[in-house]
Amino acid sequence: MTAATTTPSTTRGTVQGQEYHQKSDRGARIRMYIGLAVLVIWGLAPFYWMVVTAFRDVGYTFDTTPWPTHVTLDNFTTAFSTARGNHFGAALVHSIIIGIVTTAVAMLVGVFASYALARLQFPGKYVVLGIILGASMFPGVALVTPLFQLFSNIGWMDGANYQALIIPNISFALPLTIYTLTAFLAEMPWDLEESARIDGCTQGQAFRKIMLPLAAPGLFTTAILAFISSWNEYLLAQQFSTKQTQTVTVAIASFTGAQPHQEPYTAVMAAGTIVTVPLIIMVLIFQRAIVSGLTAGGVKG
Amino acid sequence: MTTAVQAPPAQNQGKAPKSLNAGQGRRGLLLVAPTLVFLAVIIIYPVIQAIIDSFKKDQGLDRSTGLFVQGGAAGISNYTHWILQRCGDQSCPPGTLGNQFYDALWVTLFFTVVSVVVEIVLGMWFATIMNRNFKGRGLVRAAILIPWAIPTAVTAKLWLFIFAFDGIANKLIGLVGIQPRLWTSDPWAAKFAIIIADVWKTTPFMALLILAGLQLIPGDVYEAAQIDGATKWQTFVRITLPLVKTPLMVAVLFRTLDVLRIYDLPAILTNGGGGTTSLSMLVIKQIGAGFHSASALSTIVFLLIAFVAFLFIKFGGADVIQRPPRRATPKDRDKDQDKVAGPATGNPVAANATTPGA
Repeated sequence: MTAATTTPSTTRGTVQGQEYHQKSDRGARIRMYIGLAVLVIWGLAPFYWMVVTAFRDVGYTFDTTPWPTHVTLDNFTTAFSTARGNHFGAALVHSIIIGIVTTAVAMLVGVFASYALARLQFPGKYVVLGIILGASMFPGVALVTPLFQLFSNIGWMDGANYQALIIPNISFALPLTIYTLTAFLAEMPWDLEESARIDGCTQGQAFRKIMLPLAAPGLFTTAILAFISSWNEYLLAQQFSTKQTQTVTVAIASFTGAQPHQEPYTAVMAAGTIVTVPLIIMVLIFQRAIVSGLTAGGVKG
Repeated sequence: MTTAVQAPPAQNQGKAPKSLNAGQGRRGLLLVAPTLVFLAVIIIYPVIQAIIDSFKKDQGLDRSTGLFVQGGAAGISNYTHWILQRCGDQSCPPGTLGNQFYDALWVTLFFTVVSVVVEIVLGMWFATIMNRNFKGRGLVRAAILIPWAIPTAVTAKLWLFIFAFDGIANKLIGLVGIQPRLWTSDPWAAKFAIIIADVWKTTPFMALLILAGLQLIPGDVYEAAQIDGATKWQTFVRITLPLVKTPLMVAVLFRTLDVLRIYDLPAILTNGGGGTTSLSMLVIKQIGAGFHSASALSTIVFLLIAFVAFLFIKFGGADVIQRPPRRATPKDRDKDQDKVAGPATGNPVAANATTPGA
């Protein structure tokens, strides 16, 4: 084993000694590359088609040339135009506000609970975990009917009442935040905290000064996941948002074109590209952290 | 293993000296209190309110008396309206929302079974591909995360465009000699349009959870199997499947619950065309027609989902409450046996990052 890893010569195909497919033949490698190609096409092809269409002249909407043709930026202008009653630009601002507040509140409340769940033994701990998981399995429609009535009664169904969207969003973001953070916190080198406490820190001090900086990547990943959950929410936003609070998902779903019942595909694809590209960039940059956040508790590092 | 809530294993208690950890119980409760208050206000209150509302009458003409009723107690009539298809003292006429209940129930169950089965098979395949050593692993993982990151509303519009009559899907099936389909209104095509879009979006997530489970299987188990002369199929069935069972079941549970409450995709992609009105869509449609009936229907959906979750946790081995996060020392981590011992359930809750309540 050591010989294989130390000799820099032709170590073709000799993967780690632990791997069982050590003597992988040519056929297996070819099959692996075909599989990888399928994976990449799976992930990219529909997204690619959205971007290509976003840059395609509206007169050539159904041109099926696989590469960009009739390239134009008009669709982006159309997407932001308010002439046909679409308020996509405003919706972007609303979604950002709602996303940031939701994330901040969910993180603030969630970090305490996650610390307790990851680090402390207390009575009813597993009941609390059960409640949080139950909340994450909760169907959104079951919230709509009662909240619809409640929000109507207290006058949140019109005007710029962001809280009507933020509060239900927190109920989805909070279980997600706690679950992800608990897994992250459980994986941290807590021996350092004990050393700090032996050196005279209180548990709170040890957490703030030693552990919090170490937890920063986990906190950041969790915040991204919480923000994405709020950004992507549609069902409740569609029911509770008003003209002044309409979110991007609602704006895109209800995009109207030049004629009624005619879908303005190219403009919608342009709007979809604008909404998606920031998320894609985040995914590309933080791919490792997001995957470990998604599978936290499973794989280390 | 089988119950959702289990007692903490004894060896995890008292690991640290008592003096440093005194008063954990009270501090723990204090730290989770804000979360519990939040969840009580946002989730438990609405559930109770919906149940109360579901036993009240909707305003409207009472068919039996011909009088306009302002409300009042309805008994269980809102539930019999949906389940027994009773509208007043007659059965619901075709075309009413009440009449659509069983159609919505069956199509939702159809989406659930087909999507989840396809996702398990494809997810397993994707995970085994990604579990190999190859260059550009990060790029492949980033590519596969793209469907996950796109908002469901955008996904629905994207597939609406792909499935448009003059769109690329009909063009591609035309290349192999299949007639173009009306993907948003034909009964079968519309159902499969939704399933295709759903599978596209969520299989990567399934694959990543399974991959996390696969990566915990130590290599020497496979070496041993190889030495014993096991075939690839035997290795898969006897070693891989049992060892990824727990994370797989948890992923399947969360995906199942996700599809049972599916809303965004059918609402935007087909808007119920071709008989694709899901249960969640029916609740939303009913809100305008009669608020208390809608409450009864949303309570039925809630109970259905709770029942399915119960079945999974009780009988399906979906160990959703992970063991107490073990403080593994570095020595423990090096031993492969210990890695297998702790089931990796992944983070299925994150599935909701893209489909919250949908």
